[in-house]
Amino acid sequence: MHTLIRPARLVAPNRWDLVAFPLIVAVLVLLGRGAEGTFAPLEAVQSAPIFLDPAMLPGYAVRTVLRMLAAMAASLLFTLAYGTLAAKSRRAEIILIPLLDVLQSVPILGYISFTVVFFMNLFPGRVLGAELASIFAVFTSQAWNMAFSFYQSLRTVPRDLDEASRAFRFSSWQRFWRLEAPFAVPGLVWNMMMSMSGGWFFVVASEAISVGKQQIALPGIGSYVALAIEQRNLGAIGWALAAMTVVIILYDQLMFRPLVVWANHFRYEQAAAQTVPHSWFLNLVRHGRFLQLTTRPLEYLAQRVLRAPLLNASVPGPLVTETSARSRIVDAIWYAAIILVTLYGCSIIVRYVATELGWEDVLLVFRLGAYTLLRVAVLIVLASFIWVPVGVMIGLRPQLAEKIQPLAQFLAAFPANLLFPFAVIIIVHFDLNPDIWLSFLMILGTQWYILFNVIAGTTAYPTDFLEAADNFQIRGWKWWRNVILPGIFPYYVTGAITASGGSWNASIVAETVSWGETHLTAHGLGAYIAEMTAAADYPRIVLGIAVMSLYVIFFNRVLWRRLYRYGERHFRLD
Amino acid sequence: MLETVQKETVAKKIVLDLYGIHQAFSQPNGKSSLVLDDMSLSLREGEIVGVLGRSGCGKSTLLRIAAGLIRPTAGKVFYQGKELDRPAKGIAMVFQTFALFPWLTVLENVMTGLDALGMKEAEAHKKALAAIDLIGLDGFETAYPRELSGGMRQRVGFARALVVDPAVLLMDEPFSALDVLTGETLRSDFIDLWTEGKLGIKSVMLVTHNIEEAVFLCDRIIVLAANPGRIAARIEVPLPQPRERLAPAFREIVDDIYARMTAGHASASDIKDKKGTLPGLAMRLPIVSSHRISDLLEMLAAPPFEGRADLRVLAERFHLDDDQLLPIVEAAQILGFAEIRGGDLHVTAAGKILAEDTGDGRKRLFCEHLLRSVPLAAHIRHILSERLGHEAPRNRFLPELEDHLSPRDASQTLTAIIDWGRYAEIFTYDQKHHKFKLSA
Repeated sequence: MHTLIRPARLVAPNRWDLVAFPLIVAVLVLLGRGAEGTFAPLEAVQSAPIFLDPAMLPGYAVRTVLRMLAAMAASLLFTLAYGTLAAKSRRAEIILIPLLDVLQSVPILGYISFTVVFFMNLFPGRVLGAELASIFAVFTSQAWNMAFSFYQSLRTVPRDLDEASRAFRFSSWQRFWRLEAPFAVPGLVWNMMMSMSGGWFFVVASEAISVGKQQIALPGIGSYVALAIEQRNLGAIGWALAAMTVVIILYDQLMFRPLVVWANHFRYEQAAAQTVPHSWFLNLVRHGRFLQLTTRPLEYLAQRVLRAPLLNASVPGPLVTETSARSRIVDAIWYAAIILVTLYGCSIIVRYVATELGWEDVLLVFRLGAYTLLRVAVLIVLASFIWVPVGVMIGLRPQLAEKIQPLAQFLAAFPANLLFPFAVIIIVHFDLNPDIWLSFLMILGTQWYILFNVIAGTTAYPTDFLEAADNFQIRGWKWWRNVILPGIFPYYVTGAITASGGSWNASIVAETVSWGETHLTAHGLGAYIAEMTAAADYPRIVLGIAVMSLYVIFFNRVLWRRLYRYGERHFRLD
Repeated sequence: MLETVQKETVAKKIVLDLYGIHQAFSQPNGKSSLVLDDMSLSLREGEIVGVLGRSGCGKSTLLRIAAGLIRPTAGKVFYQGKELDRPAKGIAMVFQTFALFPWLTVLENVMTGLDALGMKEAEAHKKALAAIDLIGLDGFETAYPRELSGGMRQRVGFARALVVDPAVLLMDEPFSALDVLTGETLRSDFIDLWTEGKLGIKSVMLVTHNIEEAVFLCDRIIVLAANPGRIAARIEVPLPQPRERLAPAFREIVDDIYARMTAGHASASDIKDKKGTLPGLAMRLPIVSSHRISDLLEMLAAPPFEGRADLRVLAERFHLDDDQLLPIVEAAQILGFAEIRGGDLHVTAAGKILAEDTGDGRKRLFCEHLLRSVPLAAHIRHILSERLGHEAPRNRFLPELEDHLSPRDASQTLTAIIDWGRYAEIFTYDQKHHKFKLSA
């Protein structure tokens, strides 16, 4: 099922972005202003000390996993509410969808300084604030694509099922649970998994953070690694890597697999699937006597909720084809309100940034952004040259692909920031240029998305085309150009988009790294944001985030979206 | 065979009444296209009414209006005397695609309609089991739809509709997604239950493109014409159930409907052009491959037909649906290779030559007829020969066509003429750049 679902961000509409972008930046500004004003009392907050004893690691791992799960729960709630609202209300949709589109492009680690301060102010003197900030960071890495997927599912409910649910007069409640939610499950589960996979990176990065003089280290694998880096303890880093590996494998076996098996039940295609996914854990739950005792009441409860005669009065009316004059007037007022709020947002941004910053700052940030852009572009090209041929070779050998595919997915989920210390040691040892060699850290964790999408694409490539190519003796470059590359193109683009988005995010932690007292910094926007975060310079953080978002949006619009459309038009295999 | 209202039906109460229905959909380019034009039709107690027409005649739209799923642009629907403005209790629907929820079991699917009525679970469960039993699905209660064959799935569709005790059953091509044998079994089972009075339904509206099916099941048939959809004929089927397909009276009705559905296709001469500048551009062409047309003519000219065939027999020989055969027949008629006379398809002299010639002669003849009979073909050739480089983009012609046809029809017509023009070697068409070029 994996790659059959297209990436959500590509099908989003792109009008109204001019509204969404200033709104988001304006909110950041407001948060930053609040953060500046209330910074002082936070120095009182004491965080629990971290120990490098490996025996402490399981406990830390549990804390990290709990953070992940809490973020996932929040993302799910957000998804159901946001996706439903955007799909059901035309007026909400106009603003919510571009907002999501821009939010997807905002670098998550960039605004962590604001959120830390914001949440710690909510719960002064308690760890809960910092916990929430970390959870929020993970949430923002997970929620947007899930909400997109859910919204899209709601908008593409099959016509016949929609008509059946209306003709049989389902209430809105019944319609949601009987039709809309089940139909959305496969796409949502797939996006949840991608989100979880990306989330490890952010949970690790957000556990230990310093904003100005404020040092926060939440108990977790991320803080453990941060301390190990500070103390130059290579052994401890080894332990952390092992712990993370165990955690990801367990999460895959206990959560990912059962969910995929369960989601398979909600496939819309009527045909029986050729390969049915298995999960030993789910079988255990389903067949174990004792476990059945615990799941039965849950099932009963679910049935009660599903069948509850709620919202019965609201039997949906027929489709209305013409919009009435009154609703057009409300539309006009609504648009005007949105534009006013946007203009107000713009004025907030300008006033805020202009108080401390001049044009030279803006120019500097754009120049740094260009360096990072260059890095991302070069890295994606390099990674493509390596992983596309490798992926095709693996994909053409089904038995090998079956073994490699889980490994590639594991590597994509593994938080690459745990490996950064090794890179620093190597760069320092060989006295390499950080501007060049630090760049590779940006794509360390995200290149695997290219690999596993290309493998999936090649595996799905129709065998008869390959046989035809064989039969006509199409070989060498001709084979790549005319046979396989067009076939895997959409898959490749999907993987490359994820890889490039991830690299931008990673630049904030990858362009400036340290090993004990050794600090390496590359010139780039990521390093700029990281430095400003450390200095708690809010206007410059806002500027950095805004410019990075602009670069990401620009990159998506000018390159990826066009490539994806082109692939859809020209290289469809059906 | 036109509708002769019998005394018996007059006495029966009207259950569902559609009056003066107009339906227009707005197109992306701002124009609106008329799908249904002034349709009136009523369903009386105890009758099955068939709505028969080819694809694109608006018959499915009409059914959805009757179901309260679509609000008509103009006109009204009355259900048991009250105006219908949304799906109503007592109107149930059976879908061409079955429309079962794949994540629910057979039993749960059947129960959904009862849940929506707010029925207690125990009672709903009992009723659903009874309906499953009636429709011949017992033993499959806990199966999921994807485990069932098409025929079984449609039985679930029927059970789900019947379990809510509807007064009106609306059926949207319920048998057309099934294979021939399964469709036949299900049709017979349905009509048996209906005639035995086991269904508790007052009346049925069946939308179909299958002429035999309509004659087999319906008491009354409304034949629709397309562009815009309007009533072409109302036909009574006074035969008692069960009906015998090979009975002469049955065949007579089928042939009559065939004749009505193929008669009166627009030909170049009788198209009245709105603007008068480009005569004949208002001609809508069916998307039929040129090879399909010559296949048909070859078959028609050869034994056992020898130039003349009953359309129904031809459909069987060709292994085609009525819906697939009629566009080919229409294309052959437009090009002057065949004509309908008295319910039969006759090959013309030109058609006979085309069928017999296999080489370049066939192509030349096709080209000649295309330029003569289809003004659009001549128009495109004329424009191309006048333009520099003898090239023109697709968008040179599409807007012109849209002046006369709905956007959908215009684009369809252009697709058809591209295939024919390519075959006739009048022009080539570059799909990548959407460009016409005059053939050398």
